[in-house]
Amino acid sequence: MSDLRYESPETIEAAVALLASEGQMAKVFAGGTDLLVQMKEELIDEPALLVDIKKIAEVRQVKIEPHLVRIGSAVTGAELGENEPLKAIWPGVVEAMELIGSAQVQGRATIGGNLCNASPAADSVPALIAADATVIIAGPDGTREIPVTAFPTGPGGNVLASGEFVVTVNLPSRPPRAGDAYLRFIPRTEMDIAVVGTGVSLALNDDGTCAAARLALGAVGPTAVLVEAAAGIMVGNKLDDGVLDALANAASAACAPIDDKRGTIEFRTKVAGVLACRAASIAWQRAENN
Amino acid sequence: MVKHIITTTINGDETDFTCTPDQTLLDVLRGELHMTGTKNGCGTGDCGACTVLLDGRPVNACLVLGVEVGGHEVETIEGMAKGSELHPLQQKFLDHAALQCGVCTPGILNMAKALLEKNPDPTETEVRFGLAGNLCRCTGYDKIVRAVLDAAAEMRASGS
Repeated sequence: MSDLRYESPETIEAAVALLASEGQMAKVFAGGTDLLVQMKEELIDEPALLVDIKKIAEVRQVKIEPHLVRIGSAVTGAELGENEPLKAIWPGVVEAMELIGSAQVQGRATIGGNLCNASPAADSVPALIAADATVIIAGPDGTREIPVTAFPTGPGGNVLASGEFVVTVNLPSRPPRAGDAYLRFIPRTEMDIAVVGTGVSLALNDDGTCAAARLALGAVGPTAVLVEAAAGIMVGNKLDDGVLDALANAASAACAPIDDKRGTIEFRTKVAGVLACRAASIAWQRAENN
Repeated sequence: MVKHIITTTINGDETDFTCTPDQTLLDVLRGELHMTGTKNGCGTGDCGACTVLLDGRPVNACLVLGVEVGGHEVETIEGMAKGSELHPLQQKFLDHAALQCGVCTPGILNMAKALLEKNPDPTETEVRFGLAGNLCRCTGYDKIVRAVLDAAAEMRASGS
C-alpha cells in the first residue's frame, strides 16, 4: 500500500469523479469490515484510492416516504436495528442486516457494503430480493436503477462499472396485511456465515389467502436466487400443510449449492426447504398482525 | 504516502495526530499516540481485543482508519477509570477474577460498557450474545459474564 490515497467527498458527483479517475484502482470505502480485511489479507489488488462515501448525506439517511423507503448505502446494521419505523414496515430486511457479525461489526458494516461485497451467503441479499428492492447506482452517466436480483453477478462480483457506486437501496411501498422475514441456518448461535439464508415477503387478501409472495434463497448458489415457483404455490391459498410441502420442494429444487466446510450439497438443499417454510410462516404471522 | 493531519476527541480530550491512509485507528492509538491499552489481537475484526467506542458505538479499531476519525469521538480503556477510581466494570472484573492474561480485557470492558448503556439490566443470555464478538482464550467466559452482571446490578443500584 505504498501510494494509497484517501478522499472523503461530500457530494455524489465528487465521489463519482474520484472513482472514475482511478477506475478499477479505486475502492468505495464505507464500513470497511470487508474491504480492510481483504486489503490486509491481500485478497484483492492493492487499491490506489479509497473513496470514503460517509460524508455524502444521501448515503447516510433512511427516508420513509409514502410509497418508497430509501436506505442509504452507508447506513449500518446497528442503525437499521434502532430504526423502529423501518422495523415495523420491513422487519425481515432489518433482521437480516442485524445478523451480520458482532456488535462491533454491526456498528460499521453497511447495507450497501453487504450487497457490493457479493458474498453468495450475504444475509441482506435474500431479504432484499424477497422485498423486491432496487439499487440506485450513481455513475459518470448519471443514475440508474436495477433490481437487487440483478446486482450480484457471482461470488465477489457485481454489476458496478468503473466510476459507479450504490447510493441507496429502495424498498417498495407495503400493502396492508403484508409481512416479511429472514431466517438463516448456522452451526453456531451467533457470529457465523449462513449455510442457507431464506427471505420471504408476502401480502394477504381480505379473505386471508395469499395475495402476493416472494421467496429468495442465499448460500445455495453463486448468487442469491428468487424462487420463481413460490408465488404460484402460495398466491390464492392459505398456508396449509400442502402449500408448505410444495413450498419446501420448490425451495429445494431452486438450490444449486456447493459442498464446502460449512455444509454439503445435500444438507443445504434439505435445509433450504425447511427454512423456506419457517420463514414463510413467520412472514405470514406478521402479515396477519399488520 | 501522504500524511493526513487529524483532529479528534479521545477520552474527552481534543487530540491531533498524523497518519497515512493505510493506518488503522488501532495503529494510530498504539503506534502514534502510544496508548497501548487497546490491544491488537487478530487485526481482522474477529476477536474484539481492539474494541473502542466511536461516537459511543463499539467498533473494532483494526477495522477503522485513522484518517476517518477526524471530528469524531473515540473512547478507549485509558478513559474508563476516573483518576484512581475504577469504573464499576473494572472493579467487578477484579473482584470476580474475570481475567487471566488480560489481552482481551480492555476490549471486553469497552464492549460491556456499551452494552450496559443500551441495556442496563441484561439477562445472562443477553450478556453472552452481546459479548459474542470478544474472544477470551483464558477464562472460559463464565467469570466475565458474572462480573458484567454484577457490575450491571451495582450500577443500577447506584444510579450510575
